[in-house]
Amino acid sequence: MTWTSLNAWVAAPEIFLFCATCAILLLDLFVSDAKRGFTHWLSLAVLVVTGALLVRGYHAAPQYAFSHMFVADPLATLAKVGMVVGVALVLIYGRSYAADRGIFKGELYSLALFSLLGMMVMASAINLLTLYVGLELLSLSLYALVALRRDSVESTEAAMKYFVLGALASGMLLYGMSMLYGATASLNVLEISQRLMVEQSGNPLLATFGLVFVVTGIAFKLGAVPFHMWVPDVYQGAPTPITQLIGSAPKLAAFAFTIRLLAQAMEGFTPEWRSMLVVLAVLSLAIGNLTAIAQTNIKRMFAYSTISHMGFLLLGILVGNVVGYSAAFFYAVTYMLTAAAGFGVVMLLARQGFEADRLDDYKGLARTHPWFAGMLLLVMFSMAGVPVFVGFFAKLAVLKAVVDLGMVWLAVFAVAMSLIGAFYYLRVVKLMYFDEPEGAAAPLSGCMFTRVVLSLNCLALLGIGLFPNDLLLLLTNAVEFSLPI
Amino acid sequence: MLQNYFPILLFLVVGILVGVLPMLLGWGVGKVLGTNRPDAAKLSPYECGFEAFEDARMQFDVRYYLVAILFILFDLEVAFLVPWAVVLDDIGMFGFVSMMIFLAVLVVGFVYEWMKGALEWE
Repeated sequence: MTWTSLNAWVAAPEIFLFCATCAILLLDLFVSDAKRGFTHWLSLAVLVVTGALLVRGYHAAPQYAFSHMFVADPLATLAKVGMVVGVALVLIYGRSYAADRGIFKGELYSLALFSLLGMMVMASAINLLTLYVGLELLSLSLYALVALRRDSVESTEAAMKYFVLGALASGMLLYGMSMLYGATASLNVLEISQRLMVEQSGNPLLATFGLVFVVTGIAFKLGAVPFHMWVPDVYQGAPTPITQLIGSAPKLAAFAFTIRLLAQAMEGFTPEWRSMLVVLAVLSLAIGNLTAIAQTNIKRMFAYSTISHMGFLLLGILVGNVVGYSAAFFYAVTYMLTAAAGFGVVMLLARQGFEADRLDDYKGLARTHPWFAGMLLLVMFSMAGVPVFVGFFAKLAVLKAVVDLGMVWLAVFAVAMSLIGAFYYLRVVKLMYFDEPEGAAAPLSGCMFTRVVLSLNCLALLGIGLFPNDLLLLLTNAVEFSLPI
Repeated sequence: MLQNYFPILLFLVVGILVGVLPMLLGWGVGKVLGTNRPDAAKLSPYECGFEAFEDARMQFDVRYYLVAILFILFDLEVAFLVPWAVVLDDIGMFGFVSMMIFLAVLVVGFVYEWMKGALEWE
């Protein structure tokens, strides 16, 4: 083993992010609470440099590092750029919320950056062990972040539930991975695929057994029904910036993770996992959308809406070809942007002692804050899948792939469920535009920079919706270059 | 395939029997042969001859857990250091620098906990 054979430069963005996060962790120890803005801007600068390194390192051909433990292919690189953007949005939107609630600490930044590192390792892992290490780094950081408000009963309850269920899911996943190893005698994703599909040398029964556990673990992490129980409580109990963090960037990581495990390692078992994902997608779409109607808390409503959106993501993946994967990738990227914008508006309205998380808090928002009511309107229309907004094209791409596969009933079911879902999104619009405000207009939190970024984020939902082709083409090419089909 | 797991099933059955059988035997034989005359002295917990002081379920200071967790965290690295030291001649500079990177990461954590006051008792 020598230094050159490691190919460590392939992982330059991750190595930089790790060193910078350690530096921030130590530097913040010498920063007083009043000067915490230093940590904030330094973290954003680190994210910008990481993003630049990712874009610079973009290669059409997959690059391997650390003796085939790590790969930088277009799919991973683009997903990582999306995650960097997602985490940057969390830090920008969450600043004033965190400052108002006494969690504007160095740990917020170092843990958020470590969770980003975990996501990036997940996206780039090509070995079951690296996949698992990335997943654990992400999960452990998130457990701690959810519990950041230590004296809040709701936060600690949410963190406890998240931790226990997350640990159970990790156990399931590891058990499944151990069976895959038992069936193929390899931990490398490409070798597992090779042995199961081409050489037929693996043990198919044991591999199917392992597949069941792996799919269970993935469904837990995605929050697909029937493994969704943690989602609403965690979304509601966590501080809103952390809810945004859980609800946006890790979905991209989970997408990449699913592609590695199902589309790459278990490629030969596509019919088997397709039928499992059909069940998960149908249940997620139905229960997510129907339960969201009954919610009065907007964070809980977003939680159930996430569950239904994960149903759509699974629809794209279960198609099992480049068209389906790129549709799911497009869905994950655009959902990340939409969810970030939604939580951004919630945090803008929240202030000290007021969470802005009840639906009634949005009554008459169009009178008091017309611009941001309009922005929330864009988010809601995009989530509901109204044409010209990006959510429509994301849904369209997924449904087209499902119809091309010949599963018309599944597409019809998904459309019917999105119609039901449109009800609760439009209800928020109705509250904002047709109801009377409950109290006097309260000032918005957040500085000018936050508001400009949030407005751009919301307008991007319209912009990408008007011109979806460039992004879709970029993501399709990335999937094509990354998956050897 | 599944029959390969038969030894494990057998092991489980034997394990359960070894655990449960003596208890059942002791309880059954005691029922049949022994006499049952409990009194206060027989039922009290035994503590070296004198009266029991307090409830066994007492509260621990949470700081003990902190110390225990930190101890485990930094104790585990010895499990990596010893085998590394044994084969250092064979793995050369590459192995040396790799371990130094690992230790540097641990030092970051150490500095953090020290500065945060996790090592102060009061």
